[in-house]
Amino acid sequence: MSTLTSPITPRSTLAVLERALTLYRRLWRASAFSSFLLPVMFLASIGLGVGGHIGTVDGVEYLSWIVPGVLVSTAFQMAIGECTYPVFGDFRWVRAYPAMSATPVQVADMVAGWLLYILIRALLAVLVFLGVTWLFGALHSPWALLTPLVCALVTLATAAPTMAFAAGIHHDGYFALLFRFVLIPSTLFAGVFFPVDQLPAAARPLAYLSPLWHGVELSRAATLGAAPPWPIAAHTAYLLAFTAAGVAWAVHAFRKRLQD
Amino acid sequence: MSEQPLIHARGLVKRFGDFTAVDGIDVQVRAGEAFGFLGPNGAGKSSTMRMIGCVSLPTAGELSILGMDPARDGTRIRARLGVCPQLDNLDPDLSVRENLTTYARYFGIPRAEARRRADELLEFVRLSDRAGSMVEPLSGGMKRRLTIARAMVNDPDIVLLDEPTTGLDPQARHLLWERLFQLKRRGTTLVLTTHYMDEAEQLCDRLVVMDAGRIVAEGSPRSLIETHCTPEVVELRFGDDRPADLAGKLEGVGERVDQLADRLLVYAADGDAAAAEVHRRGVTPSSVLVRRASLEDVFLQLTGRTLVD
Repeated sequence: MSTLTSPITPRSTLAVLERALTLYRRLWRASAFSSFLLPVMFLASIGLGVGGHIGTVDGVEYLSWIVPGVLVSTAFQMAIGECTYPVFGDFRWVRAYPAMSATPVQVADMVAGWLLYILIRALLAVLVFLGVTWLFGALHSPWALLTPLVCALVTLATAAPTMAFAAGIHHDGYFALLFRFVLIPSTLFAGVFFPVDQLPAAARPLAYLSPLWHGVELSRAATLGAAPPWPIAAHTAYLLAFTAAGVAWAVHAFRKRLQD
Repeated sequence: MSEQPLIHARGLVKRFGDFTAVDGIDVQVRAGEAFGFLGPNGAGKSSTMRMIGCVSLPTAGELSILGMDPARDGTRIRARLGVCPQLDNLDPDLSVRENLTTYARYFGIPRAEARRRADELLEFVRLSDRAGSMVEPLSGGMKRRLTIARAMVNDPDIVLLDEPTTGLDPQARHLLWERLFQLKRRGTTLVLTTHYMDEAEQLCDRLVVMDAGRIVAEGSPRSLIETHCTPEVVELRFGDDRPADLAGKLEGVGERVDQLADRLLVYAADGDAAAAEVHRRGVTPSSVLVRRASLEDVFLQLTGRTLVD
């Protein structure tokens, strides 16, 4: 209905972001450390260990081939992680959204404020990761500087529909479905660890549906300085459309949950 | 007192599917008043409060808050309301002070001003010494006081309190009532729901009694008792051997006799005289209590049911 016309008030959106950052301030040390440690372990294990057996993919040494994928996948996983239990909890346990709904803060502000927060979180993790991979010598083109932008798009495209899902369910057991049928298959089959071409032709369109695949291909094109499988504009447009639909769905789901 | 009412409702209805929670009520709340909705659980009090708080839109009827229409001006109205919900929704991972400053930001209050107000309000609800503490270890009464402080952070024109003392121990309730009474003395308009008659008697200048979504009586606590009840009530309890045909034996004692599961109520202008008459008729209860009539009795008279099950 009027989901897209729900107004955003910058002041209220920033107030929602401010709450999230105030909460984050208490645990940022732990999360900053893990966002540094995780990619290092990952690159050491998969990149060097597994890569040592594989050699090259598409003519590129394996470490350099998976780095752009793991980079985007970090943002993808953070978006899902931070938009499942935290959002569900703010409806169900903390009841922060019902509390906000008694103030001038509107549904679109709640959605936009949390998206901004996830964006900040994901970008911090991505920048750390990028720094580590640069030290590993896994970046081969100055276009790699654009990867944070790609990660930002993937974050929004993933976070928005996940928030909608979290707002729509009434039992946290449903998250298991999301993890088993979206998070894990996407991470495994959307081109992060091996080219989607190796999937049976019938299964490939499933990978194309995932925002992760489009992000991975854009990111890989950037760090290797090569052209992505689809035109850059097509990948980007898909991610933008996914984001727009996700935001509309999230605003609708929040409104439905909070009214009556 | 000819000014426009802060809250005006006429024929207000809220339906959820086939269920009618609020069934055509008329309410007027004036500035500076402490107004109560008294009724048992499920009477429609909370649904009414949610409509007044502009988080739930009326199904039918007129509703105007601060002279504005909730359907069109919800955001502007909410900016001038303070809400203390039935279930606490404080942020458990923020400190006591941060709960107030964070909430103040939702109203666009600048940071420095938010901190100043937070300290002032913590003083008011007697939580200054807990300002830096987390919310989780606070007692139920402290959390409720913090929620009330939070509801005051935007200096609201109306404070809505949904069951403010439900679940609190007697001492915490009295401290809370005392603070709410201070608010009232400052001239803050209070609108509260309760199913405790003593709370309604303590705090409300005027109240409506609700049952099954309708208003069954309206007035000041005193006038409700005067209109619907006798000044005194005699409570008779009988233990296990309750005599048969009590009603017949006590016919004509006082103005009216009500038989409840655990006790018998005799309504009379003079309770002691009525108690003496009970004894004269050879009825020997295990305990006799003569007391002043309360809103509980009014509710029983009006609906035939007790307020708290």
